[in-house]
Amino acid sequence: MIITIASGKGGTGKTTVATNLAISMADKVQLLDCDVEEPNVHIFLQTRPVSKEIVSTMVPDVDSSLCTYCGECEKICQFSAITLIGKSIMTFPEMCHSCKGCIMVCPEGAIKESARELGEIIKEDSEGIELVYGRLRVGEAMSPPLIEKVKDQINKNMTTIIDAPPGTSCPVIAAIKDSDFVLLVTEPTPFGLNDLILAVEAVRTMNLKFGIVINRCDSGNDGVLQYAKKENIEIMMEIPDRRDIAENYSKGIPMVKAIPEMKDLFNSLYSKIQNRIQN
Amino acid sequence: MFVLRKTINNYKKGKAMKIAVTSTGKDLTSDVDPRFGRAAYFIIVDPATLEFEVVENTQNLNLPQGAGIQAGKTILNSKAEVLITGNCGPKAFKVLNEAKIKIITAAKGRVIDVVQQYKNGNLNTSQGANVEGHWV
Repeated sequence: MIITIASGKGGTGKTTVATNLAISMADKVQLLDCDVEEPNVHIFLQTRPVSKEIVSTMVPDVDSSLCTYCGECEKICQFSAITLIGKSIMTFPEMCHSCKGCIMVCPEGAIKESARELGEIIKEDSEGIELVYGRLRVGEAMSPPLIEKVKDQINKNMTTIIDAPPGTSCPVIAAIKDSDFVLLVTEPTPFGLNDLILAVEAVRTMNLKFGIVINRCDSGNDGVLQYAKKENIEIMMEIPDRRDIAENYSKGIPMVKAIPEMKDLFNSLYSKIQNRIQN
Repeated sequence: MFVLRKTINNYKKGKAMKIAVTSTGKDLTSDVDPRFGRAAYFIIVDPATLEFEVVENTQNLNLPQGAGIQAGKTILNSKAEVLITGNCGPKAFKVLNEAKIKIITAAKGRVIDVVQQYKNGNLNTSQGANVEGHWV
């Protein structure tokens, strides 16, 4: 079972929901931080290092002594990552999406596989939570390939919680696809609502089951509630805007550990998600 | 610089040459388009006769990435020896350099005026990209 925590707007509480949900679950759980541009789940958990691995993606390497400049590789590349300029083949590894099309169409077999470093995948362990996160190499422009490599670590025998990056662009789609359920975390403000609507459009297009979590629910306005009612979207949980939650957060203490009623709230969230997945 | 001098000498000797200028419109009185990869048009002009042709860049305007690389190929196919534009990113610069096309950046004003400035020798070629690449 894969539950992904996403949001249109950043800073609404994805990581808070993901970590607290993972901690409150009784069974062993996998927590994947797919916000590889700025992973931060490990900051909220007391962890023990397990492994660290550098990961790469395929990019083409042309042997110019075999190349006949036929241009077939250029024709198949949708990203101009391999380009014929007069009598030379130029490659732009940073543009390559690793489809291997150029290698397949080259009649001379002049292209072999090389690699571009994407970043690293780090595994840590925290009191029954198996944490896996990616850290994108500084200067790498594309995060989806690394997000997919983080997701290759999914253990189907466990419940997996994915902390997605914010927004609705390619990295988010890479993080949420194949989820059994998506929780869209929002705040009750016009900004939160605007970006929530975009996120709802994305998950509906992908045909995924989803629900809304409203964080700091008693602040702002009732725009999100009205929208959810109109669109018939279930509000799965509302986290109150309380000083004791914020104070514990500022000390790095998850709310489910410090405040018993919060643990109940997250337990009931998990049951609701299970019901929605089964029905 | 040597190659540029050779180009100018060829031009002075009366050999036909072409200059590509990024343009916001379809004639010589249009303003230079500061963008290269996503320029509206390329005007390919013979500085001696001022005869020109217009190459549209619609296809590149809609590319999510790699517009500079494709625009570089368009200039190569136009047989222009010099490109005059506002900004040129690193990938476009690499392509144009490989194709031995001289690049002049930071051009401003009307296409006809920058062509005149080039003829007067008032424009210098660039040694590198003058802007960063962009990502979606």
